[in-house]
Amino acid sequence: MAMTVHCDVVSAEEKIYSDRVEMLIAAGSEGDLGIAPGHAPLLTALKPGPVRVIKQGGDEEILYVSGGYLEVQPDIVTLLADTAVRAKDVDEAAAQQAQKDAEKAMAQKTSEFEYTRAAAELAEAVAKLRTVQQLRNRR
Amino acid sequence: MAAGKEIKTQISSIKSTQKITSAMEMVAASKMRKAQERMQATRPYAEKMRQVIGHIAKANPEYRHPFMQEREVNRVGYIVVSSDRGLCGGLNHNLFKAMVKDMKAWKDQGVEADLCALGAKGAGFFQNYGGNLVAAKTHLGDRPGAQELVGNVKVMLDAYEEGRIDALFLVSNEFVNTMTQKPEIQKLLPLPRIEDDGGDADSMAAGKDYIYEPDARLILDDVLPRYIESQVYQGVVENLACEQAARMIAMKSATDNAGNLIDDLQLAFNKARQAAITQEISEIVSGAASV
Repeated sequence: MAMTVHCDVVSAEEKIYSDRVEMLIAAGSEGDLGIAPGHAPLLTALKPGPVRVIKQGGDEEILYVSGGYLEVQPDIVTLLADTAVRAKDVDEAAAQQAQKDAEKAMAQKTSEFEYTRAAAELAEAVAKLRTVQQLRNRR
Repeated sequence: MAAGKEIKTQISSIKSTQKITSAMEMVAASKMRKAQERMQATRPYAEKMRQVIGHIAKANPEYRHPFMQEREVNRVGYIVVSSDRGLCGGLNHNLFKAMVKDMKAWKDQGVEADLCALGAKGAGFFQNYGGNLVAAKTHLGDRPGAQELVGNVKVMLDAYEEGRIDALFLVSNEFVNTMTQKPEIQKLLPLPRIEDDGGDADSMAAGKDYIYEPDARLILDDVLPRYIESQVYQGVVENLACEQAARMIAMKSATDNAGNLIDDLQLAFNKARQAAITQEISEIVSGAASV
């Protein structure tokens, strides 16, 4: 049987996942990273994006997080998400709409502040769509 | 029957008060359930955050964030979480009492305090009491958003970073159960060193450090204020559950007391009526006898 490590995924609103995992794959601020049991202690920020959890036994679950922090300890992995939803609960239509709105707002070249906000919204919408895509590919 | 009529109006007035208190009890009971659910939902995040911060405090990063440095205390800051409305028993009063005691202990060492009040009762109390109120946020409602608190928390964090305060405490009620709420003073800054919690303690204790991505400074600058915000938010949500529970209990006992009062008055009323009837009969009898 593959090695496992305990993993907790919590968002500000609720505890999403808490069990043993074989691997956790998340979008770190410096690029995607996979955490396997025995990883060195690590603290990193997360970008909006999908988080893949490979559970004990090989089952996979895909979550979407809008950013947060990932802490790796020798015997526990903690993912503190700003918001997190299960991939199957992501509203694809809403994400597409949000992507369009954000692109439009960015095209209009408004104030600096609004531009950065639109850029952040766009990144989130694209990340959501990426999550949905990943879920679909797996099937 | 003059006394009888007076008692009658008194009874009806108490009855209408009783109706109000029992309605408030029921409202508080249903709000409490929701507040409790919210409290339980946000608890894991705050707890995990505290653990992560505990690990960070124990680790030995090359970059020491000001929040992690102990320094001599010349002035302290408090964030006081209280309810917006009254009629919730001794909840706020007990909290303020605990806090005033703590403040006095600091004062004896020549340390003054700056306050940040969240909730109308706290703001009102410390305006009268004479604390140095630097920030206040009232009317948070039943569903406070973390966003609303950020500004006030930032005032205190800035004060800490600029050296105007040298320690920061969070004062709020801890929800033990529906009957018990405990005033609690939690140290937020500088980061308290959390005692070893068994299993994973030894792994970080040897002065090991994390790998930081992108680097320690960026991460810590980001994560530490987030930690404080999450703790304050948790305090506010928990205090809300405490408020509703305390109000429910206070209103329940008020309703019960009103019931007792009505029973007593009803007895007095019946006695007065019976006395009047007896007196009338004896008057008639003695009148008939004299004829």
